[in-house]
Amino acid sequence: MFFPRWKIWGIGLICAVCVLLGLPSLLPARAEAWLPAWAQAIHINLGLDLAGGSHLLLEAQTDDVARQRLESMEDLIRTEMRRAGVQISGLSTEGGQLSFAVRNPAQAGEASRIAGNQAQSVGFTQAPDWQVRVEGGNRIVMSQTEAGIEQAIENAMGSARDVIDRRINLSGTLEPTIILQGSNRIVVQVPGIEDPEALKRLIGRTVRLEFKLLAEDQETALAGRPPIGTQVLPFAEGGEGARIAVQRRAMVTGDRIADARQAFDENGLPAVTIVFDSAGSQAFARVTQANVRKRFAIILDNVVLSAPVINEPILGGNAQISGSFTVETANELAVSLSAGRLPVELRVVEERTVGPELGADSIRLGIIASTAAAAVVVIFMFLTYGWFGMFANAALVLNGLMIIGIMAFFNATLTLPGIAGFVLTIGAAVDANVIINERIREELRRGRKVFDAIDNGWKEASTAILDANVTNTIAGALMFYFGSGPIRGFAVVLVIGIITSAFTAITVARMMVAIWARRTRPKTLVL
Amino acid sequence: MRLLKLVPDNTNIDFLRWRWFAIAISTVLMATSIFFLATRGLNFGVDFSGGQMVHVTFQQPPQLDELRERISGLDVGDPTIQEFGSPTEISIRIPRAEDETVEQANAIASRVRTSIAENYPGSRIDSVETVTGKISQELAWDGAMALLLAMLGVAAYIWIRFEWQFGIGGLVSLVHDFIFVLGFYSISQIDFSLNAIAALLTLIGYSLNDTVVVYDRIRENLRKYRKMEIEPLLNLSVNETLSRTINTNTAVLVAITALLLLGPDVIYDLTIGIFVGVLIGTYSSIYVARFLLVPLGVGPDSFVPSDPLSRAERSRNEGYDGAQV
Repeated sequence: MFFPRWKIWGIGLICAVCVLLGLPSLLPARAEAWLPAWAQAIHINLGLDLAGGSHLLLEAQTDDVARQRLESMEDLIRTEMRRAGVQISGLSTEGGQLSFAVRNPAQAGEASRIAGNQAQSVGFTQAPDWQVRVEGGNRIVMSQTEAGIEQAIENAMGSARDVIDRRINLSGTLEPTIILQGSNRIVVQVPGIEDPEALKRLIGRTVRLEFKLLAEDQETALAGRPPIGTQVLPFAEGGEGARIAVQRRAMVTGDRIADARQAFDENGLPAVTIVFDSAGSQAFARVTQANVRKRFAIILDNVVLSAPVINEPILGGNAQISGSFTVETANELAVSLSAGRLPVELRVVEERTVGPELGADSIRLGIIASTAAAAVVVIFMFLTYGWFGMFANAALVLNGLMIIGIMAFFNATLTLPGIAGFVLTIGAAVDANVIINERIREELRRGRKVFDAIDNGWKEASTAILDANVTNTIAGALMFYFGSGPIRGFAVVLVIGIITSAFTAITVARMMVAIWARRTRPKTLVL
Repeated sequence: MRLLKLVPDNTNIDFLRWRWFAIAISTVLMATSIFFLATRGLNFGVDFSGGQMVHVTFQQPPQLDELRERISGLDVGDPTIQEFGSPTEISIRIPRAEDETVEQANAIASRVRTSIAENYPGSRIDSVETVTGKISQELAWDGAMALLLAMLGVAAYIWIRFEWQFGIGGLVSLVHDFIFVLGFYSISQIDFSLNAIAALLTLIGYSLNDTVVVYDRIRENLRKYRKMEIEPLLNLSVNETLSRTINTNTAVLVAITALLLLGPDVIYDLTIGIFVGVLIGTYSSIYVARFLLVPLGVGPDSFVPSDPLSRAERSRNEGYDGAQV
């Protein structure tokens, strides 16, 4: 029952620090603004279900990644074989593998060596990303290894996350959370947005901007089979059903864009101005110089937006794209272009959006319910245990403040189920004090002296309290591990509450009782 | 000042006498729960069945039939339209069509939104949840795993901390509570969602919390009163811890009641599950967990320590308590 002075100070200090940590979160927003920045940083985050906002889970179509790798390897092999003077034929990408025949069987060995050189070691095991084998003497087959595809997906996901990050930031939305989940998913959380549809369009857009010269002979191309090296695309400017033939080879693509902004064209209509990076500017200048008076096509997602005439060489690396844009769509396109192209298509597989009004309602009702719950429990404890109930109540209030303080320190997220966890903790936190007080009653009934009864009550009850809390911690930990956002918030409050309530009920309440008993030296206890 | 005592001092209720009555109650509760689970099943929310859930707050209470017709007219399958807390708050649940893509689901959602905005000016879309089939299966799997591991985890803890009879006793009482709460979700047809999983996990923690405190006392008494028969000893332990069980659970119940009555409707499915769980947990820690120990063979000789030191300690305790009684 004896608490040395240093212990009292130590316990007091722990409590004071925890309560102070919670203070910035409890102050109204206007008062919080007066605090220094480091103090404002210690605060509880509100979950999307309280703050309002959108939670999107995006899944990458990873089949794309393997197909794209196959296509770029096809290009690479074509170039490398030509450079080495190896003639090949029957290049095919069927069945997810690249295969080709070597015209001169004597060169099969060299071709296989060149193909093998294109493979790289990837990952932790340094396994090759392609496997090369020779079939029937002159047929080279290249297949993608598991490790190679995994590495490519990992790279694609990493850059997809960066692209989404840039797109959301460029669109002016604040504080998005973007994290990779598993091997092929990205979680995007944006608080307080008005229009989740716009967000989804912005994120999911795989813009593909290309500049191509028009085909020389439009009539034959449009009449029947387009000549080799050309293709026919829909033409937006030409009206319903209009088509136009362009060359397959792009002059320059959207990947070479340094910056893009929404602007207005000479007719005052919304447009997008773009600035190429240095390689893009050079390519654009070279092609326009060589093709003055010819037309080129600006192609967005395989639709020709416009096909202007090259009046003079474009040397500055600037271009303007107009079409039937509104200010919003022009802005979205500008953002998508300057943020870079998504390397892989992403689909929304889960969406949860909460309106800000509902979130505000939930906070208000949550505060009312928590206060009411605390008040009823405090009254109940006072009626049941009198003075000792008040010690428990002081521990209870301290417990609530400490939970807030610790959550603020870790910048934990408070969700709506988290508020339920808080209320549950208010009820359950008194459990320890109930166990102790009941034990003291029992000891008194057995005829022990006041001091002995109090002392024994605490000693005997401590193991039961700790045991009981372990089961709750197990359940809480699993809830955190398997749960998604809001449920995790519930688990966090529950587990922090278990720890703080054990501290406040066993240590703090005991200290208060000890100090009180030493001061008043009661001969009998009303309990 | 006279203190409030929900349980009077020195109770000596013969709980064992009512054992058969309790067995009958438990059997009826279990049979009813299992019957409803088998016939009616759980009303899985979008979390576990996929689909879309839209919450709307209207300015005036809408005609539900009219609203249902308007939404059905949008070619969105068979929507479920329910009041949600108050007559102006409505939840619209749109089932997931087979092999529906996300784009289609989004298109449906925006049709619903536009229709509501046109026909009910001033109404407010509070929340939209869309879960595709694959994700809902993963969520269901994760939820089931969490529940299973939590049960095994706490039972293992009791087994390590106490003896195997207590482990089994705790697990059986836990399964008893668990099936009852599941049955409650089935009978009431309240949405069974992630919140319900959280309620069940809470139940697992708290139901055993009670059981642990009780088992602690039973073990203590087994060591103290070596000569006492097991049945009166269990009765004594129940009576000794009765006040604690009642007081703690009263405190938890009043706190949860405050949340049920005053808190946001959005987490009603969570709080009602916790409420029912605490109620059944109180009952089961008095009856199911304790009296199961008799058929499991816990007797006066169960916890005789073999080393002489603790034997000496025990005899000291016995002598001491003998003087008290």
